[in-house]
Order: sequence, then structure tokens, then C-alpha cells
Amino acid sequence: PNSIQLIYLIATGFFIVGIRRLGSPATARSGNQLASIGMFIGVFVTLFDRDIISFEFIIAGVILGALLGAFAAKKVKMTAMPEMVAVFNGFGGGASALVAWGEFSRLETGSFEVQALITTGLSILIGSITFTGSFIAFGKLKGFIGGGRIALPGQNIINLVLTAAALALVGWFTVDPEYQLVFWSLFGLALLIGVLTVLPIGGADMPVVISLLNSYSGIAASMAGFVLGNNLLIISGALVGAAGLILTNIMCQAMNRTLFNVLFGAFGGDEGGPG
Amino acid sequence: MEDLIFNLFIFVLASFVGFELISKVPPTLHTPLMSGANAISGITLIGALIIAGGSESVYAQWIGFVAIVFATINVVGGFMVTDRMLEMFKKKEDDK
Repeated sequence: PNSIQLIYLIATGFFIVGIRRLGSPATARSGNQLASIGMFIGVFVTLFDRDIISFEFIIAGVILGALLGAFAAKKVKMTAMPEMVAVFNGFGGGASALVAWGEFSRLETGSFEVQALITTGLSILIGSITFTGSFIAFGKLKGFIGGGRIALPGQNIINLVLTAAALALVGWFTVDPEYQLVFWSLFGLALLIGVLTVLPIGGADMPVVISLLNSYSGIAASMAGFVLGNNLLIISGALVGAAGLILTNIMCQAMNRTLFNVLFGAFGGDEGGPG
Repeated sequence: MEDLIFNLFIFVLASFVGFELISKVPPTLHTPLMSGANAISGITLIGALIIAGGSESVYAQWIGFVAIVFATINVVGGFMVTDRMLEMFKKKEDDK
């Protein structure tokens, strides 16, 4: 309904002003608060969507998620912030993949639209990469997984081929959405790509990678918005995707690196260090 | 098709806004900004609400339920942890 759309517009405003204020020391805290108000408005008004008919799962899910999130946010040590952000980000990316999957699973066979199928595929691809990639980043920062560079010979080429294969699967899925094997291969391959692309990157570069994955989760959310035809999701996801990319670049510059060097540096040669 | 074009318009325009939103962020704010932006990407929660609450298929509802849990962790944890970081930041500034 139009009233919900108008309130979504207000939430969008809160997000834009919030991100803007987060970028400057004097206003950062208020920026975060404004963004959280925008989130509350967006979520609250969605509950009045006439498509929503039952609340049991919603109430249980929100309570469980809020308790887990609040507990983790309260307990985490100040020194462990980047890995905490990675975990939260991983859950966000995973959620976008699940939203696309859920919407796809309830569509009636034969009523698929090309737009929904492409964006379902992309949402699952990007969301799943964010999910596993973020948890690998967490593991690296925590020291569960070797902090240094772990890479197979020719890792960059393998990753490139796998990514091309995943994009091909998105195309195949769009053409033949009822072929279960394609759908599940896409899901599995995306989860694997998340692991393999983050694993070769050194521990010191992890904050940059987490920032990039944060940008990914924004894009995944935006794609989920295309699937559902939801403006607020498309806009907020695109905002985070773009702002996250700029921030990633700023963080690289602060280390005198390029993003390309961070991502593919494991065998770049210009590092000189052992692999 | 019209829907797709319209959605692409707002996607591209919102991306441009996102590109312009931040510039010259001091290094101390990198992590909080990343964290705050990450919390906003938990907006996918509203998609999860629609799947979990709007569906007659129990299978889709369960997927939606897990998506709600994940997205709520992202949103609630994200905003709270960002606030904690910025609170510390402010105290440090006051000490100087």
C-alpha cells in the first residue's frame, strides 16, 4: 500500500543522513542512532503489510535473533570488534540468500519472471559468498585458521574459474529454474567461493576484506529487494553496497595498498614474502 | 519489464548516493562506519518478515524464520556494537 511506501521513504532518509553522520567524528554516534531509528521504522511498518498473515514465526525469530545479537554485542571485547562485525555481516548476507530462496520456494511453478529469477540467483550467489567468507574472516582474526596466507598453487585462477562457473549457473538457473541440481549447485558453489576467496588473504588485510564483504551483503540485500519488489530493500542495500565499496577503498589507501593487491596479492609477486 | 526498469533506476540512483555519502573518513572511524553500514544491510530483515509471515507454505516459513534470526542478529548486534565503539571513541576525545 502507498502509506507503507511513504513511510519507507522516511526510513530511507534516516539511513542516508545516518551514514553521512557516521563519517565524521563529532556526529558519528548520532548517525548510528538515526540509522537504527530508520531500521525500526522500516521493520515496524512492514508488519502492517497485508501480505503478512501470521506472526508466530516472526515473533519467535525476532526475539531469538535480538537476544543472540544483543548478547554478542555486549560481551565482545573492544579489541575483537572487526571479527564481531564479520560475524554479524555473515549473518546478514546469509539472511539475504535465505530470503531469495524462501521467495523462490513459494512461487508457483510456471509463474517465474526473468527479473525475479536473475536476482534470486544473484542474491543467493552474493549472499552465500558473504556468509562463508565472513566466517572465514572471523576464523582468521580469531586465529582458529592460520592467520597467514593459505593458498593452493594457482588459487587466483581457480577462484576466477569458479566465479565464472557460478555466474554461468545463475544464467542456467534463469533459463531452467525447475532443474533442482542447478539451484543446489549454485548454492554450494557460492558457499565454496566465499571460503576459497578469503582463505588466501593474510590476517592483516582482514579488515579490508570484511569491509568488502560488508559491501557485498548490501548488494545481496538489494538483490533480495528486486526479488520481492521492495523499494526499501533495493535502496538501502544499494546505499550500503556503494558506501561500503568507498570505505573499502579508503581503508586500502590508508595502508598504501590497492584493493586488487589485497585480493589477489597472495601470488602477486610484489609482496616478496613466502606464500 | 516496467518493474525491472523502475527498480534498476532506484538501484542505480541509490548507488550514486551511496558513493557520494562518505569521503575522507578518519582512520579511527573506519571500523565504526563499517559496522554501522553493516547493521543497515540487515534491512534484509523486512524481506525475511514477508517470507516468514506471508507464506502458506510451511517450508518457506521455516526458511523465513531462519532468515529472521540471522537478519535480527545482524541488525540488533550491529547497531549495539557500533554504539559501544562510538561511546568509547567519545570518552577518549573527552580525556584529551
